[in-house]
Amino acid sequence: MTATLDRPPEAPRRSRTALRHRLAERGIDRQLLLLVPAALFVILLFIYPFLYGVGLSFQPAEGGPLAAYREFFTDAYLRDTIGTTLGLSLPAALLNVLASVPIAYRMRGRFRGKRLLTTILVVPITLGTVLTAQGLLNFLGPTGWFNRTLLSSGLVDEPVRLTNNYWGVFFSLVITGFPFAFLLVLSYLSGIDPTLERAASTLGAGSWQRFRRITLPLLAPGLATTFCLTFVLAFSVFPSAILVGDPSGTTRVISIAAYEAAYVQYDYALASAVAVLMGLVELIVIAIVLGWRALLYTGSTAGGKG
Amino acid sequence: MSGVATRRRLSGSPLAWLIWGLVIFFFVNLAGVIGSVVVSSVGERWFDTWLPTAGYTTRWYGEAWQEFGLGPVLLTTLEVSLLVVGISVLIGVPASYVLARRSFPGRRLLYLLFLLPILMPPITYGIPLATVLYKYGFAGNLSGVVLANLVPSVPFVILTMTPFIEQIDPAIERAARMCGAGTRQVFVRILAPLLVPGILAASILVLVRTVGMFELTFLTAGPDSQTLVVALYYSMSAAGIRAQQSVDAMAVMYSGMMLVLLVVALRFVNPTQLVARVKEDVD
Amino acid sequence: MTRFEQLRLDGVSRSFAGQAALADLDLTIRRGEFIALLGPSGCGKSTALNCLAGLLPLTRGSIWQDDTRLDTLPPEKRGFGMVFQNYALFPHLTVRKNVAFGLQMRRVSRADIRRRVDEAIRLVHLEEHAGKLPGQLSGGQQQRVAIARAVVLEPSLVLMDEPLSNLDAKLRLEMRTEIRRLHQSLGLTTVYVTHDQEEALSLADRLVVLRAGRVQQVGTPEELHTSPANWHVADFMGYRNLLRLRAGATDGATLAVSGDGLELTGTPVGDVRPGAEVIAGVRPEDLVIGPDSGAGVRAVVEVVEYQGREVAVEAVTDSGLRLNLRGTVRPAPGDRITVTVDPARLLVFPADPPGAPEPAVEPDRADAPVATG
Repeated sequence: MTATLDRPPEAPRRSRTALRHRLAERGIDRQLLLLVPAALFVILLFIYPFLYGVGLSFQPAEGGPLAAYREFFTDAYLRDTIGTTLGLSLPAALLNVLASVPIAYRMRGRFRGKRLLTTILVVPITLGTVLTAQGLLNFLGPTGWFNRTLLSSGLVDEPVRLTNNYWGVFFSLVITGFPFAFLLVLSYLSGIDPTLERAASTLGAGSWQRFRRITLPLLAPGLATTFCLTFVLAFSVFPSAILVGDPSGTTRVISIAAYEAAYVQYDYALASAVAVLMGLVELIVIAIVLGWRALLYTGSTAGGKG
Repeated sequence: MSGVATRRRLSGSPLAWLIWGLVIFFFVNLAGVIGSVVVSSVGERWFDTWLPTAGYTTRWYGEAWQEFGLGPVLLTTLEVSLLVVGISVLIGVPASYVLARRSFPGRRLLYLLFLLPILMPPITYGIPLATVLYKYGFAGNLSGVVLANLVPSVPFVILTMTPFIEQIDPAIERAARMCGAGTRQVFVRILAPLLVPGILAASILVLVRTVGMFELTFLTAGPDSQTLVVALYYSMSAAGIRAQQSVDAMAVMYSGMMLVLLVVALRFVNPTQLVARVKEDVD
Repeated sequence: MTRFEQLRLDGVSRSFAGQAALADLDLTIRRGEFIALLGPSGCGKSTALNCLAGLLPLTRGSIWQDDTRLDTLPPEKRGFGMVFQNYALFPHLTVRKNVAFGLQMRRVSRADIRRRVDEAIRLVHLEEHAGKLPGQLSGGQQQRVAIARAVVLEPSLVLMDEPLSNLDAKLRLEMRTEIRRLHQSLGLTTVYVTHDQEEALSLADRLVVLRAGRVQQVGTPEELHTSPANWHVADFMGYRNLLRLRAGATDGATLAVSGDGLELTGTPVGDVRPGAEVIAGVRPEDLVIGPDSGAGVRAVVEVVEYQGREVAVEAVTDSGLRLNLRGTVRPAPGDRITVTVDPARLLVFPADPPGAPEPAVEPDRADAPVATG
């Protein structure tokens, strides 16, 4: 596109240039086309199916558009899954985050073997819930090593039942969730400028005060995020609730309800309704936590320039 | 340094002992969980005893391989994960480049859109996704499994690569343009070499997550398109029919595969990166 | 390489989401000129440079190289060289490959690349470091690589974006001389962005002073130094004493100004009406310190700074105004002095019309740009 002084550009070209100028001012040009595949992908494979599911949930075979939701809330066997899931995931996520804080705080500096330690911690995350479930069945079962240790040390008289009930699932959530929470908290802690604590100690703060008044407030937003991510992980518990839990009773979580509706009863409207409600409940918890986080200081955690 | 002094003082306190105790307790139990699977898989017979009776054997591995048809399953797992890695990098990297470099109307909304599939439980979108995929004839075969696994993988690549690209000085690309390089040349000669470490890290992370992804594969796989983790689940939930030990043998093979992946992954990425995309200083 | 006679910026404007960062820049650059774009941060000088380079699309206006329209060309087609503020060296390429990059892009033959790269590296005295990666070089050396990379292409125009701002004081002086030497010996045309008036005055043939996206004045260093067009330019050119006063009677050449207990005579610049609010500017070195008994403005010395041959003095008038002075007379803190000024050196500017962005004109200008040191 070149033009010369004595030949002014024709009208159409000028209007096209003007449009380009206007778009450029708002930061729009051809480079944004690189976003198209990813955006298209998310829309086709995430948004569309999701909306399709929402649509399905309002089209049950009988009983009007809200019948699937009505069924969910009137049938205690379905309704209680919300409570069951929250009863598992909230305590598990809370424990994972709360236990991570002192341990990560203790290990925030550099020391020999830190990399090894974090590597071992990654193992349960990569193994995933299915393998953990198999291991828990063996280890915590009535004849497993854990009960055997308790029995032989005389702490209990008969094996403690730790699998195929609430505790089996809870432990599986801790084994996979704790390392996850720990590594996140550790990386948030390493992001806090250590000179801030040194500054506090020159001002006379003891170790508890330094933690309580300096580190914890700066860490709090990170803890909120960690809690959310750990909660998401625990909330979507599925295979371990079946394998080490009591899938028709105390650990009948919402994922199981959704799965059974879809692949046992073939009631897609109900299945979609359960899935929608599951997403909704999760988002409400996240919204509450993030709302609390918004009240906190979330700026830089560096002590100053450079 | 006062940091060192602080640490030394703390290690004497009861709190520190408690913390170390907790960590050790966690590790002991973790070792028990993994160890009992391993020991069971090589034990001839193991009932109410500390260790298997009647000696050790490797025959459960052979049986598991035969019984569960692990050869094709492993092949499927490999195919699925490589396809997912390749496609998600191809789709995700250009998008993260734009997200990292440009500001435009709707950028935050788009970022949120990419964040959602990671935040939502896989079951929530997996069930409607599987329904849609069945409707169009994708589910029950390899393409369906790949498509489903791409849903969290593409956003994951974007979320990993965006901060990585952000830390590359944009003036470097401008400098290349001022030197006369066109868009393609800027990408091939300047950006690509600088992006390689980030792409490698993102690929490995996606690989680990795809091999371990249960829910989405479970919902979309047909009998011929199961990955290892789904096959393991089926063999476990059908327990009682098959020898416990061969299930354990399969579990050990699965964890062996994951550990190999993990060792490879940790050569390129920091352990923290496996769970988060928080930047950490290079040691 | 194309050589132009003149490069013309015609109403070049750039706005971001409705906010004008640069408005109606008209400028003609002749071949061989060294132009400095000068202004405080956020004044639009870097925007202007990036628009010229093609790194930012214009939102209005056009750029012409002789009779060729440039602003529709992408940066790689304009044939300009650029030195970036933080150098922007390719971290994965050695010094030699960094310098050679542009030549490779232009498909210069291998032998020619070798010869020209060698020459450029010798020009910036980096022969021993040619095989190193940028990360292994010091700041000054990286700066030299960046310059070599830009000039090796023999570009028709070299753009420099605050190239010295990341260097320490001593190195900055050295590199300043180096840049001027290269400009002259290679016959370059250079546009140089800086916020350092001293750097601009010492390097440039012509200066463009920008403020809030608009050109305030274009002129040679002498013109800007002795007759700034308005008080903003004066502020930037080292008129550290800017006094908000009221205009009195005029005899055509000079003008009486008063206020805050001061009665002074100055030279009007621009449209100054009697009775109007004005801003009177004077450099520290143009204020003359006299003994307590003499005529002039009475003041008490507060701070005395030793600055080599001269001293900088801060004094407070009886009415509470703070004055910056500079000279060889060395009073002590607490001394009573009188201050006088030659009417030709006291420039009286109209104050901004009502509604214009209110400047922070206070007698005490702690944030004023550092004057010549």
